[in-house]
Formats: sequence, structure tokens, C-alpha cells
Amino acid sequence: MKPTHLFQAEQLVAGYEHKTVIHGVDLTIPSHKISVIIGSNGCGKSTLLKTLARLIKPTSGRVTLDGKPISKFPAKSLARIIGLLPQSPIVPEGISVADLVGRGRFPHQKMFGSWSKQDYEAVAEAMTIMDITQFANHNIDELSGGQRQRVWIAMALAQQTDILFLDEPTTFLDITYQVEILDLLTDLNRKHGTTIVMVLHDINLSARYADHMFALHTGKLVAQGTPAEVVTSERVNEIFGLDCTVIPDPISGSPLVVPKGRYHGSGVTV
Amino acid sequence: MSQMAIDFIQAGRRQRHRRWLLITGILAILAVVLCCAMLVLGNTIYPLEDVIRALSGEKIKGVSFAVSTIRLPRMLAGLFAGFAFGVAGYTFQTILRNPLANPNVIGITSGASAAAVFCIVILHASNAVISVASVIAGLITVIFIYILSRGKVFSIGRLILVGIGIQAMLDAVISYLLLISAQQDIPSALRWLTGSLNGSQMRELPPLIIIVLICSPILIGLSKHLNILELGEQSAFSLGVNTDRTRIILIVCAVCMVAIATATTGPIAFVSFLAGPIAKRLVGAGLSSIVPAGLVGVNLVLAADLIGQFAFEYRFPVGIITGLLGAPYLIFLLIRMNQKGEL
Repeated sequence: MKPTHLFQAEQLVAGYEHKTVIHGVDLTIPSHKISVIIGSNGCGKSTLLKTLARLIKPTSGRVTLDGKPISKFPAKSLARIIGLLPQSPIVPEGISVADLVGRGRFPHQKMFGSWSKQDYEAVAEAMTIMDITQFANHNIDELSGGQRQRVWIAMALAQQTDILFLDEPTTFLDITYQVEILDLLTDLNRKHGTTIVMVLHDINLSARYADHMFALHTGKLVAQGTPAEVVTSERVNEIFGLDCTVIPDPISGSPLVVPKGRYHGSGVTV
Repeated sequence: MSQMAIDFIQAGRRQRHRRWLLITGILAILAVVLCCAMLVLGNTIYPLEDVIRALSGEKIKGVSFAVSTIRLPRMLAGLFAGFAFGVAGYTFQTILRNPLANPNVIGITSGASAAAVFCIVILHASNAVISVASVIAGLITVIFIYILSRGKVFSIGRLILVGIGIQAMLDAVISYLLLISAQQDIPSALRWLTGSLNGSQMRELPPLIIIVLICSPILIGLSKHLNILELGEQSAFSLGVNTDRTRIILIVCAVCMVAIATATTGPIAFVSFLAGPIAKRLVGAGLSSIVPAGLVGVNLVLAADLIGQFAFEYRFPVGIITGLLGAPYLIFLLIRMNQKGEL
């Protein structure tokens, strides 16, 4: 089981040149849980994730790990605790799957020398969890989109961090692969206690897979809690501007957002 | 997790390692053979045995002069410049993730050349001054290209286009300097148009050798970082690489090597452009190709110089031969990138 960490953002203000996107967010990431950040396009969820994962320097406020600002950690030792899977990672041409996954071992390696026993074990474990061992010696160019996404997640897993941030890990994937990826991430969380924080686009999948949700609207945290607490028809209307009904998901019992729309409304009443 | 999975991954990786060692070994042996050929071949062919004896200090009539005054400096200039072009070209192409982004195409070589020609033709400067001026001019060219191509979001395409423009301007400057130069300076300055090992002298070599011996261990030492940078800014950062600092160290070292090599031999066309892709094709992408790229650079320069010297009736400078090899590859690459929509 991974160690417990206290990961917090305090009065976080962040953004890009001339444009503030996050306006004062306070939050604590629940350890050993799956947290999902939701919100409409441009609400700043991806910016928030990147700021938490130290890719963006906050304009003011701070992000702390176990009470110490993350900017005070040496880059390599922080990379052994916090990992990030960016939204669109860049694939080097012609690399084998195992070698790519192995690059996740960088923060654990010395400047010279080849892979240690631990490196091999970590890579094999990550590939087993993501079920891509059979592709180990294939060229990454030969893989499909869903398989490639599993390779990227495996690379982040090989990093063996206690906390893993993922920026829309299921975008561009078919629904089958989306569910598969989210199941695999849940495996990881349940078996190893890895704290997972991700941005997801699909509110219904978010509500099903999240233990904890953060709802973001125009750069402010408007709600947080269990999916049942966060995903209500009023709040979905407030955040997404969507008129909807929320019913229990027949499979999981988690909230399921059913949009109303302007047509097709005369059928069944729920 | 099963031992089988570990064994399977390990077997594949061992195989790639063996291939790397084999290819690198072959490239190294080929480089040694070419070095020997550079010493043995010439107007008169001397047996290798005599060459070795002459190099170890023995005075042999004819051999000693030809080998230590003409052939050895020529070989060493080709060896170190080739290695510098190969390693630096690979570094640029990998950092910028684009085979077009190499010192040749983006104008660093032209910057260094222009400075060298200016020092020779206008200032009649010493070798030391030429070396220093070339390195500084190379760095200034990089900074200038970077500033001009910065824009709101960094774009490699824009950087390459700006680089090509700068290169055209600097080449015009070189032509102008050659036109106004005194007759007696033209032969030495002409070297900076094509790149040549002709007339390499022992006293010109120390700056090149020193810079290559300092910078290439740094670049090779950072080759793991370079592999990580290849994954993109965000991945590299979250894997604990200080991306800005690493990139600056890599670029400064690579520019120094290219500039000093250019100051010594002139811009030997396309070597820095060809070496990386050839090495990568040979060893695969998983392991670092930086050392193989340097060796490919050496082999290209030495082989092209031997071809230029002996294959034709007239002696061609090395840059003409590498240009003949490189230009078709550039066209091929442009067509392929265009087809893939990468341009």
C-alpha cells in the first residue's frame, strides 16, 4: 500500500500570461482515492490539474505536499511521488513499447548504467496491470489508439508514484476503451492505493468512477464531495448550463445525467 | 506479476542492446579503417607499417613529412569535425523533434562561417580569434533565430523557416566578403563555402579537439535526459527533468561543437543533417543514438573526403561530396514529411 500524503492547494491563483484562469481554489486531495475534476470547456480544470502537478507555476497561493510547497522539492525526488499523464504526450518515432514504458523509470535511475532489477520489475508490473506485456517488443507505431493510451498510462505507472494525475486519459477513445481504461485505473487504485486525480470530460463516467469530485466553474471550486453530493440537476445546470434530469445509474447506482434537450421530450416521464 | 513478463521484457531489451553494441562496434571499426586510409593514401601510397613508424617519431624520408604535416592534420580535422557535426546534429534534431532542425538548415553553420570569413578576409585574424568569433557568432545566430521565431506559442516550423531565411542572408554576407577580399585570402576563405579538409594544419586543431573533448562527454552524459525531453515538455517535466536548464546546456554544447568544427573545416554540408537519422535507423530508437551518430558523422566525413580526393580526376573538397549525398536526402525527407502532413 502506498504511503498516505497530505496534498493541498491553498488560495491557488494560476493561469497564463495576461489571463488568470484559476481564481483562488482551496482543496485537499483525498489520499488513496480517485478524484475527478469536472467542469465545462474552458472552466480551468486542465489548468488546475497542471498547476497541481507543478507544470504551471501559480501566480499566488501554493500547492503543498505534506505541508511543504512542491516548488521546494528537488525535481527528481518529487517525480518519485507525483506523476502526470499529459493530455497529448509526444511519441518518439520507432521506439519499442518496453523502452517507452521504461522511460517512466527516469526519476529512479542514475545518470549512467542500464536498467536495474527494480526497473525491470516496475516495467513488467506496469505492463501487466495495463495488459500490454505481449506488445513489449513491438514498435509503438504498430499499436492502436486504445493500446497506445495504455502504454502511456503504463509509463506513468512505471514511475511508481504515490499520486498520479491524468489529464483526460480517455479522450479520443471509443466508449469500450474508455471503460476499460477507467477499470484499469480503478484496479490500480484498489490494489496499490495509488491516489488518482483526473480530469474527465464525460460526467456520467466521472460520477461512476470517482470517489470524490471537484466541480469547477469559471475558475472557482463550486462544489466537492461524493458524486451523489456533487452531481444534482441544479448543479449540472449551473456548471454546464444544461437542463437535465439526474437518475440513479442502473448498474452502479451513481448519479446519471440525462439531458433534456429541445426535442424528444414527450416520451416517458422520469 | 510474473517472472515470465520480466524475462520477456529483458530478452527484448538485451537483443536491442546487442544490436546497439554490434552497430556501434562496426561503426567504430569502420572509422579506424578510414583513419588509417587517410594516412596511407595520398600522392604516394605508404605502407601502414611506415606510417605507424613515422607517427611514433621515427624519421623516414618522405613519409614523415607527408604523414605528420599533411595527412595527420587532415585526418584529425575530419575525425573531430565529423564527430562534432554528428553529435550536435543529433542533439538538435532530438531536442526539436524534427529532422530538419539541424545546425545546417537553421543557419548556425552559416553564422559561424560568416564570422570565420569576416575574420580572415577583413581582420586577417589569428586562428584563436577565428575560433572564438565563430563560436560567439554561432551562439548569437541561435539566440537571434530563437527571438525572431518566438511568437506567442513556440513553433518548430517557424523556427526552421526563420533559420532558413537567416541562413540565406548569412550566405549572401559570405559571398560579399569573398568578392571584396584580396586575392591571396580567397583560397583559405573559399573553404567556408563548401567545407574542406584541404590544407588543414596541426596548429589549427587544438581548439577543435579541446571543445569536442569537453562538450561531447557532457552531451553523452545527458543522453538519458535527451531521451526524456523527446517525450515533450510536460512529460519531461513530470519525470523530474529541469527542462529549461537541460535544454540550454545541451544547445550551448551543441552550438559550440558545430561552430568550432565549422571554424576549422568550413561547413561540411549535410553531415549534421544526415548523421542522426542514419544512426537512428541503424540502432533503433529505444537506446540513445548519440554515440553512433557521432561515429556516422566521422565515417561520412572521412569517406567523403577519400572519395573527393581519389575517385575523380579532379580533387573535390569533402563538402561537395557530402552535399551530393545530403541534398537528395533533404528532398526525400521534405516529400515524405509533406505526405505525412508534418510540414
